[in-house]
Amino acid sequence: MHTKSLSQLSLGLQTGEFSSVELTQAFIKRIKQHQDLNAYITITEELALQNAQLADTRIANKKADALTGIPVAQKDIFCTLDVKTTCGSKMLDNFISPYNATIIEKFNQVGAVMLGKLNMDEFAMGSSNETSYYGAVKNPWDTNKVPGGSSGGSGAVVAARLAAYATGTDTGGSIRQPAALCGITGLKPTYGRVSRYGMIAYASSLDQGGPMTHSAEDAAIVLQTMAGFDPKDSTSVDLPVPDYSANLNQPLTGLKIGLPKEFFSADLNAEMATKLSEAIDEYRKLGAEIKEVSMPNLKLAIPAYYVIAPAECSANLSRFDGVRFGHRCENPVDLTDLYPRSRGEGFGKEVKRRILMGTYALSTGYYDAYYVKAQKIRRLISDDFKRALTEVDVIMGPVTPTPAFGIGEKMSDPVEMYLSDIYTIAINLAGLPAISIPAGFINDMPIGLQVIGNYFTEAHLLNIAHQYQQVTDWHQQTPKGFE
Amino acid sequence: MSLTANDVNKIAHLARLGIDAQDTESYAKDLSGMLDLMTQMSELNTDTVEPMAHPMDQAQRLRPDTVTELNNRDKFMSIAPQTEAGLFLVPKVIE
Repeated sequence: MHTKSLSQLSLGLQTGEFSSVELTQAFIKRIKQHQDLNAYITITEELALQNAQLADTRIANKKADALTGIPVAQKDIFCTLDVKTTCGSKMLDNFISPYNATIIEKFNQVGAVMLGKLNMDEFAMGSSNETSYYGAVKNPWDTNKVPGGSSGGSGAVVAARLAAYATGTDTGGSIRQPAALCGITGLKPTYGRVSRYGMIAYASSLDQGGPMTHSAEDAAIVLQTMAGFDPKDSTSVDLPVPDYSANLNQPLTGLKIGLPKEFFSADLNAEMATKLSEAIDEYRKLGAEIKEVSMPNLKLAIPAYYVIAPAECSANLSRFDGVRFGHRCENPVDLTDLYPRSRGEGFGKEVKRRILMGTYALSTGYYDAYYVKAQKIRRLISDDFKRALTEVDVIMGPVTPTPAFGIGEKMSDPVEMYLSDIYTIAINLAGLPAISIPAGFINDMPIGLQVIGNYFTEAHLLNIAHQYQQVTDWHQQTPKGFE
Repeated sequence: MSLTANDVNKIAHLARLGIDAQDTESYAKDLSGMLDLMTQMSELNTDTVEPMAHPMDQAQRLRPDTVTELNNRDKFMSIAPQTEAGLFLVPKVIE
């Protein structure tokens, strides 16, 4: 059952081949067998079985939606009513959320069955899932390697088939990078497409939730539930949601694909370049035209991001003060003791580093030099994309510089870790949608191809990804031991 | 550009963030590394560029000033570190 696509699972449930309770039990059994991956922080077994029963009733009454009764795992950044929501941090180790995130409400409304909450980098700050208070997640393709981050638990459970699908969030690559390193499909929607209400904020002008699935076909089904205007999110965009599955089978004849020369420079790993050019050849066979484009300001995406994201994080994380919820230090003497000690004990090293960086960038005398400068560069990067997307329909490139690296390999130098986000970060700065799809293996480790589109063209990106997945089977591979 | 341990302590104070004394030097080194990365930005003249705060340059949406939240006081109290009679408790502020 665990190898079926979402539409096959839905069909199986509706024809009575298996029940939601049986399906949920099968996934819970797999989760327990593979706990060494450390992908789940919380397993909500009892709640899942209750909801599976409700889903079975709903299916029997012929009121099923596409996701009714199908088990999902949620990144632990989404607030879930009466369920522990940690964001990968000691700060929230005792936090039982008093409300649901909007997307959790949406999944509940369609009768999805939540299996549990997934491990992640602390407050989504990291590219390897090693900054989690709950320990590193292991990559199912090689348990000595990282699954990527920050949605590392999501990447691992989908690859290992410990959930039918998962959610992730992407601030600088946190859906696409773990999707690439775990050999799955991950879509970061346009900024404003999926509600951020109840999604614990890291960098509010960049954060965006999205689906992490086996295939583009599955991602279309999941995005259908996640997307939509939410009055509770002040940056949510009020545009109608198209049918994401309707155009999956459109032929790609005449599609104009742009390859930024900055992505395919001599810096790109040779094996990665070979694999990507094979993937692009498949698109050529599908009728696409390939064109070089140039985005001269891309190289400044990392410095601009590492000003803007920490600046926004330092403001967002000021809410964790040890007063209303979250960790409080023992026996505080007064408030000047309570705040720094609670925060100092509750946050890990990478989070502290970014709070310090952001505080510095926003402090008197440095605001213009760092924050305003970064916001201007953000505009230039966004303009580069806008210009390129008038010449071509989509842009393609790598997701990561290399396949998954070893656990512990990059933890000593934060800047080296930041540079691994080089191909994903600019997309968040521009607010564009992008999808990562499996595009082959290097030394038995999966790699991804990134497809970047114009604002609100998720349906087109899914179509482009789906057509590739009709002629390749990279997305159907399963790591050894998880068949 | 490089930061000293003293700079780190000042920034940590601004952020009300406790850091272990033995880690101050390593934060100074890490932050200096990040700032080196950021100096690349100054190579580009951006005098005529408008800063971009929102990907769609969308302005803040307003809503009617009506009560939309439910009263969840008990639930909020149940997850607070210390409470009394429906109030959050903190150490004494005024003598």
